[in-house]
Parts: sequence; structure tokens; C-alpha cells
Amino acid sequence: MSGEPVIAIAGARKGFGAVKALDGVDFTVTPGECIGLVGHNGAGKSTLVNIINGGLNLDEGRISLSGGKPVNSYSIRVARTHGIRCVFQELSMCPNLSVVENVRIAHAGMKGFGWRSRARKVVSELLDVIFPDHGIDCRRAVGDLTIAQRQMVEIAIAFSSYNSTTSLVILDEPTSSLDASRAEQLIAYVKSFTGAGGAVIFISHILGEILDAASRIVVMRDGQVVSDKPSGEFTVNSLVQAMGSVAAASSERRATVVRSEGEKPVASFPRSRDAVEFKAYKGELVGLAGLSGQGQTQLIVDLYTSVSGDWKSRREPQAAFVAGDRLSDGVFPLWSILRNMTIAMLSEWRRFGLTDPAREAAFADGWHEKIGIRTKNLDNPILSLSGGNQQKALFARALGTSAPIVLMDDPMRGVDIGTKQDVYLMLREEADAGRTFIWYSTEMDEVCVCDRVYVFREGSIARELTGDAVTEENILAASFGERTS
Amino acid sequence: MKTLLSNDNLRILVPALSLVALLCAVFYLQPRTMSYMGLNLMFNLAVPIALATIAQMFILAVNDLDLSMGAFVSFSACVAATFLEQSPLIGILILAAAIGVYALIGVVIYLRNLPAIVVTLGMSFVWSGLAVLLLPSPGGAAPEWIRAIMTSRPPMVPMAIIASIIIAAVAHLIVMRSSFGVIMRGLGGNSRSVERSGWSIIRIRAMTYALAGLFAVMAGIVLVGLTTAADANIALRYTLLSIAGVILGGGEFVGGRVSPVGAVIGALTLTLAASFLSFLRISPDWQIGAQGAILIIVLAIRLILNRRERKEKRT
Repeated sequence: MSGEPVIAIAGARKGFGAVKALDGVDFTVTPGECIGLVGHNGAGKSTLVNIINGGLNLDEGRISLSGGKPVNSYSIRVARTHGIRCVFQELSMCPNLSVVENVRIAHAGMKGFGWRSRARKVVSELLDVIFPDHGIDCRRAVGDLTIAQRQMVEIAIAFSSYNSTTSLVILDEPTSSLDASRAEQLIAYVKSFTGAGGAVIFISHILGEILDAASRIVVMRDGQVVSDKPSGEFTVNSLVQAMGSVAAASSERRATVVRSEGEKPVASFPRSRDAVEFKAYKGELVGLAGLSGQGQTQLIVDLYTSVSGDWKSRREPQAAFVAGDRLSDGVFPLWSILRNMTIAMLSEWRRFGLTDPAREAAFADGWHEKIGIRTKNLDNPILSLSGGNQQKALFARALGTSAPIVLMDDPMRGVDIGTKQDVYLMLREEADAGRTFIWYSTEMDEVCVCDRVYVFREGSIARELTGDAVTEENILAASFGERTS
Repeated sequence: MKTLLSNDNLRILVPALSLVALLCAVFYLQPRTMSYMGLNLMFNLAVPIALATIAQMFILAVNDLDLSMGAFVSFSACVAATFLEQSPLIGILILAAAIGVYALIGVVIYLRNLPAIVVTLGMSFVWSGLAVLLLPSPGGAAPEWIRAIMTSRPPMVPMAIIASIIIAAVAHLIVMRSSFGVIMRGLGGNSRSVERSGWSIIRIRAMTYALAGLFAVMAGIVLVGLTTAADANIALRYTLLSIAGVILGGGEFVGGRVSPVGAVIGALTLTLAASFLSFLRISPDWQIGAQGAILIIVLAIRLILNRRERKEKRT
């Protein structure tokens, strides 16, 4: 193996507000290597990948490329001219263009007369090599292909080269839509690619694939590299252990109530693809765990639409919703804090079609005190608050309703630890009073607060954990693991 | 059969068939239109509309909407009827500067993250104001050369048809075949993907808006060539006509799905619909409403076909 690295990152730091996504990471890729990158949600994998492909800039740290000299202004363009390519987790081609045209987008050098036939040659030859009998017509629009075909095309485009060499390919969950035999074909190609001197970074939630494909495995946790060893020294179990935190300093769980045999759940959602049927009982904190984007949000949304009216709003709502993506699904950015808090209640208070300002103010003042929103005046615009306090206002909006079920879609994203403790306390009080919470969270300490947890993998519930079985280790083992289909 | 009815073919098939159906209806109502002169008269005014529709299509391809199209075409027509006729060099400079402004608008919309509808709505008042300054009352004269082109009588096929075919072919080459067109449509389909591949979004958007400006300027010049004089309000209808033409021709508001050939067909259909309604002796008061009804029928047919295809795909 040649010693000259493809890319070397030293002392990398990157923060998003209060969250430290990367906290002093050293990371080197040398030619001929396949590096497996593993870690749970928020460990810093995606941030590291985005740094390497030039999509994000470092707050601190040095990046040097094959020359060995540190690069001052690293960007997408610099990364691409050095042959660094990326297959992103969410499918990221232009669905309105044909396969051939997407090749054109990926290769700036492919121009001039006859580029179509050249592009077609490049991509179809590589598709034939990586995925024999793929059956893809390269003239068709990407949007008309199946998801598996799209992923195969995207992988082939990333590995393809035209008037330039491809030195490093980052595969972020490349097999999420491929079946087992296609995944094996990909791993075989990765091996031959690295054998010819290329480098690959391989990210997957299927640990067997990582162990199979990678020559070296880097484990990340809380923005740091915690383990970096040849893959032969890992097993599935030791990887799961390395991903977990050493000291599980989570707050203690509340005492779970023993439920009588015949108790009816307040919400259930049977789906044939789930290993365990989803149920939620009165006064319960139900957690939805697993890697992000494995179908948790979909379940929450489906559940919500199944209990709420389509056209007319109901006088007595069955469920309230706390959005996680505050800016797009949560706040009304131009409204005051007060208006944002009371919007869900207006229909209950209205008289002769008019709102009742006095009741609105009383409601908001009550929650202001109860939930501790840090502002002097509730008439200030909602965006004057910090993210955590905006989220508190959204909690007030949901908890203020009479809904017996509260659905939460990863609501604590980017919220500081103090606010989190306040909210945990409040959730417990409300649960003791008989409310049911269904809580999707990407953060381990939050999931561990729950009474019962459903772990998701590949779009369905893979496992149910109850009471003391809700531990970080069990959740990690269920969310990573062998291919289920 | 299956490939024939793919989404892309449907996009072009429905507008083409509706044009043929409408044309047959017109021939049935008024057989005398089935002649060289008849076709030329019916489609003459479609040429500037087709150019404006192509201009609007560029804007729609990058997921924006241009509400200043009519005002801008009117402005170009006024420049063509005054400066371009009297001192061609200054006229060309003014029109080139206007195209430059279009490119600038495209960049500003992207950099400041502004809604294109608002910016172009504002610009429409600017263009209208400039047009009124140039020609406070209807007047001016068409430059000789454009008059000559527009009134020329090529053998066999009338000028209006030839011009439409040329416009469709050129726009098809730029949008569907050239590599710039691919990147432009890619921007509409998934701008992050284009950005991640290292392209300069600013440059693509500037180019797209400049091309839209170029086609809109041509629309203005051609319009003056047909009418021989201009007026500050001559093309105000073009804003909505051009949007309707793109959509009628199989384009979509978002997602970079546009069809230049379809857009030209859409413009022809809209013009023909007006003649059709005249031949039906529908009073002009009702014509705009009836035109809208034709538009709704064609779009409904497309929606039903698309939905059926989606259902087939799922099973």
C-alpha cells in the first residue's frame, strides 16, 4: 500500500449551534483502502462525509490532499478535481433527466459533439461490470426507474471516471434499497476497485456488510473517533459495544405500571411488515428508536392521519403533534410567541366565529410560567427565541389541547441539555396524569427515558424493548445488524 | 405500446392530439381555412406567442415563474418600433442591455433567495413604465427587414408554420439536446445534485434568464413585424398566455419537466382556440371564458392519463 494519503484531516472541529458535530477528529484515507465508518445517530458520520466532499467547511482543523500540503480553501470543486465522489444516503439524482443526462451532470468534462453516446458508454459499461444483468435502459428518465435501479445507477455514476481519475468514493448507505445479491455484487466491486488502488469509505447500518467490505473500521461517537482498527479485529458484537457510550449516565426510568391482561391500547397500528404490532397504552411513554430515516416519522404521520379528520377539524382532538423540523413543520415564523402557542386551541374557544383574546392571553401566560419560556413578553416574534425555547412553545401548543395522545417527531433536535431536562420532567408529569406520548427520537438518552421502545430498521419495526430491557446496547444491537430481507 | 405511452411521450402526445382535433374542428366549420392564406392568417399571431412561451419555458425549467413576460415583450416591441427602426445600433444596445437585466434578475433571485413571482411582478411595472416612456401613444414603425420576413410568402408552406417549426427545433436543440440544457433541467429537477457536482448555480441561472430574455425580445420584434406599429400595452396578455402555453404543452410548474416542442404546440393551440370560437360565432365577451374551458379540458385529459399510468406502475 502506498503511504501517500488520498485525503488527511487533522484536528477537525465543526459545530452547529450548541451541538458539536465533530470534536477533534483525525481521519486519513490511503489508496487501496476500504474504510468502514460506523456510529449511531449524531455520532458525526454525515458531518465528516460532508467535510470530505467539500459541502461543509471546518470551524477548525486542516485538510490535506494527495500532495501532502494543507489546502486553504477546500470546496466541492477542489474535492471533485481530486477525484472524490459521493453516493448520498437520500437518492440524489435529477429525476426528470435520463440516466445518460445524469452522467453529464456528474462529469463537467463531458461536453462537445457526441457526449450522449460517450456518456452512455461510460455508464452502461460500468453498470455491466458492477451489476451484471441490471436490465436498466440508460435512455429512460431516472424518475421512471425503481428505487433499486436508481441506487445502482447512482453507484455506477460515482465510480465512473471520464478524463479524470476517481480516487475516493464515499458510499453512504449504498445498499439501503438493494437486495442481498446486488449488495454482494457491490462489495465484490468495491474490493476490486480498492485492489486497483482506489479508496472507498463505506457507511452502512448492516454491520455484516461493513465487516465484509472494509479493510479498516473507524467507529465514531459524539463527534469523536473512538476506535480505529483493521476490520479483522472486530466482530458484530464488539462493533456494537464500541458504538455505545461507556458510562450510561441516563436519568432513571419511572416506575412502569403493571397492566392488566385485558387493557385496551389507546392507539394501535397493525401493519403486516412489522415484527411486532405497534400499540400504545394510556399514560405510557412509547419510544421509537433506530437509525434516523428508517420509517419512524412515517409511522407517526400515518398514526396522526388515521385519528384526525380529513376535512373538518374535530372538536375533541384525538392526537396532538409536536414537529421536529421546527422551521418547516412547526412554527409560524411571522407570528408572535403567543399566537404560536394558542393556534391549536382557537377552535375550542371561538364564539360566533371570533377568537377570544382574553382567554388566549390567560392560556399563554399559564404555560409561559409552567414551561419556563425565557422571554419577557409573549408578543415578541417567535423567532426571537432560541431553538430550545421555540420548541417549548410548540410543546405548550400540543400539551394545551385536550388530546389524549401526543405524537412527537424528534422534537429535541438542537435543544440544549437544560431545556431537555425541563421537558423530560414535564412529559413524566403529563404521562402520570394519563396522557400517552409516542416519541421518535434520534438521541439515545431520550429513548432510554421511555417505558417501552420500538426499534425500527428498514422501514418497519424490528424489535420491541420493555422496561429494563431498554438499554443502549439492546437498541444498538437491534438497529444495526444483519439484513432482514 | 408500453414505451409509446411512457410519461415523456404522453407529455407531447396529448397537446399534439388536441391541436390536431382543434384543427379538424376548424376545417369542418370553415373549409376555406384549409388553404395557404387561411393557415397563414390563423397562425400568424401564434409566432410571437410561441417565442414568448419558449421564453417562459426557460424560467419554468428552473422552477421559477415570470410575471413580467407580457410587459417585457411590450417593452421590446416599443424599442423595436422606435429605436431599432430609426437607429438600429442603439436599438440593439438597448435590447442587449435588457437581456443583461434579465440575467441579473436571475442571479439576484437566487442570491437573495427571493420569490421569483414577486421580483418579476415588480419588474413588470418597470418594463411597462419604460414602454410608456418610449411610446406614450400607439405608434412607431416596424423595421423593414422584419416586416419583409414576416410578410414573405415561401412556396407551399406558409411563413407562420415555417417559423413555428424553426422555433420549436432551435428550442429543442438548446433545451433537450445541448449539454447546457441538460444542466439547466437538472437544476430544476434537483438543484442540490447539480451543486454537489461542482457546477456554478449562479452561472446556470444567469444563462437561463438571459436566454429567456433573448426569446422574449425576439417575440417583441416579431410582433412589431406583424402589426407594423407598437403600443405600450400591446402584449400584456402574453404573461398568462405564455404560462398557459407551457403547461398546455406538457410542461410542469416544478421539477424541470418542460418540452419545447410541446410549448410551441401549446401556443398554436391557444391561438387556434380563439379562431375556433370565432367560427362558432361565440361572442367575444365569452371567448376568454371559453378559451379557459378548452385549457381545463386538455389539462384534465392529461391528469387522467397520468393518474392511470401511476396506478399501473404501482401494481
